[in-house]
Amino acid sequence: MRNYVLRRLLVALPSLLIASLIVFTLPRLIPGDVVQLMLEEKAYGKDLDDLRAKLGLNRPIPVQYVEWLGSIARGNFGESLWTRQPVLSELARRLPITGTLGLMALVVAILIGIPIGVVAAVRQDGVLDFFARSIAVFGLSVPAFVLAILVTLMPAIWWGWTPRTQFVTLAASPGGYVLQFVLPAVILGIASAAGIMRLTRGMLLEVLHHDYVRTAWAKGLRERVVVLKHALKNAVIPVVTVLGLQVAAIAGGAVIIEWIFGIPGMGQFLVDAIVQRDYPVIQGINLVIVVIIVASNLAVDLVYAVLDPRIRY
Amino acid sequence: MAETVQTLPVARPMTRPWRVPRLVRLVLGFARRKPLGAIGGVIVLALLVMALFADRIAPHAYASSIAGARMKPPSVQFWMGTDNLSRDIWSRVVYGARISITVGFATVALATLMATVVGVSSAYLGGAYDIVVQRVVDAWISFPGLVVILSLMAALGPGLFNLVLALSILGAAGASRVIRGAALSVMANPYIEAARALGAGHLRIVILYVLPNVMATILILATIGLGQVILAEAALSFLGFGIPPPYPSWGAMLSGSGRSFMYYAPWMALFPCAAISLAVFGFQMLGDALRDVLDPRLRGATGSIPN
Repeated sequence: MRNYVLRRLLVALPSLLIASLIVFTLPRLIPGDVVQLMLEEKAYGKDLDDLRAKLGLNRPIPVQYVEWLGSIARGNFGESLWTRQPVLSELARRLPITGTLGLMALVVAILIGIPIGVVAAVRQDGVLDFFARSIAVFGLSVPAFVLAILVTLMPAIWWGWTPRTQFVTLAASPGGYVLQFVLPAVILGIASAAGIMRLTRGMLLEVLHHDYVRTAWAKGLRERVVVLKHALKNAVIPVVTVLGLQVAAIAGGAVIIEWIFGIPGMGQFLVDAIVQRDYPVIQGINLVIVVIIVASNLAVDLVYAVLDPRIRY
Repeated sequence: MAETVQTLPVARPMTRPWRVPRLVRLVLGFARRKPLGAIGGVIVLALLVMALFADRIAPHAYASSIAGARMKPPSVQFWMGTDNLSRDIWSRVVYGARISITVGFATVALATLMATVVGVSSAYLGGAYDIVVQRVVDAWISFPGLVVILSLMAALGPGLFNLVLALSILGAAGASRVIRGAALSVMANPYIEAARALGAGHLRIVILYVLPNVMATILILATIGLGQVILAEAALSFLGFGIPPPYPSWGAMLSGSGRSFMYYAPWMALFPCAAISLAVFGFQMLGDALRDVLDPRLRGATGSIPN
């Protein structure tokens, strides 16, 4: 087991490195000159070259990359070109917010997806199955931002109710902090729930036809035991893989949901940074997202090994 | 000597019973086997017609303000109502279809081309090239889609062409992985070895033997990809990184200045929302059904989740 974990960690390293290269190169493809923009609007330096030297943008790009990687390793993410605030502290402030939203969305996705998938599989072609599949198709075709607009719009028209847009910090009111994420998290989680539901249903249907399940029935076990203890354990393995992929989907979806609900998390930070072409901020956010996703893929692989002892690298 | 021109006896008209043309029978068979897919097909067809004949179908120009018709609710004259700038929403939805379809098809064409070149070459050449290319693809796939596109759009700047480029670079990475897998399984066939034994060159093998056999995979990927591209375009336009106004992208119709007016004129939001959802639904269902009919092995490999 320890060997497996170590090997898996080693494999994750190169993909992190390549990802960091992409993260570093991307903002540098921006055609407009951010230095010129900054000089015109804020007049930080004496002239273009002076400002460039100050920001370290006058050296060759490979040198910049190695230096950037080195300072990241020392925990220095640089500072925003515009606000001169350290990127790391801003990230540290915003990451928990997006983290709460994402985690809640994932929980919603699992809590809706797996139970409905199980029921739909057990009562295959029943009314509930038909209902669940229709909802899944709906969940997959209605994008989160469309759903978010409808959810904020329709109650406002019918009952004059609008979701609060004032952000509550954790320190101000822990209850309010969690409560304000419920609606965005449900919306964000529904698309993932639809996918998880379809997969759970499909996998469970397949497993339910296996011989060992028939044996379990023949032993006279109750339906609940056969389905939940015998069949679901094997059916849920591919679902775990998809959960790993859903982390990426939810991270992407969070950008737009935060924007709609006015949640000051990473997504909003990213959109603002892109509008302002703030390299260090864009790089910092992308890097954090990549690390989270690589880590969650790693976690999925490890959970895999626990769930199915046959899997070894 | 008089030349005698002998004509063939006039063929007696054959009385062949009229039969339903093959294509129609194929379509009908598909509709019977996959009713949801057929519904998707009808939606896709309707979208294509809307996009192609937008200037005939739309009663008004997409950017023209109609005097005295500000934020009118749906009626006989404006059956989807009008927006805060007195523009006919039905006309804007119709022209929006043109944008979605243009961006969708251009992106999928470009993405499919890139994915095919990368995927097939990676499978065919193998070795170090394959390993390096696949690690880069890994890194690409591990980013969340919207974040990649946003960063790419920041790098490239706004505009139709850059939008298509950004979306297709993203789509190509995932698709190339699937195409590589399909190409690998094709190359394990004996006929590839036979072709090589006959002295066929690399290019000949790839074009005449490998490509035709991965075509079904490519087609399915493209159909499902279309729905996802339309969705991504709508999301980007919604955030303000898509095609600049006044051109009516469905996503853009939901954002910007219109958002505050939606509380007084909900039809401004409802119809674009419905258009986006229907388009995504149509392509998704058609793609899923095509996959099941043409290549059931692909279940779960195309980014959409197996039923």
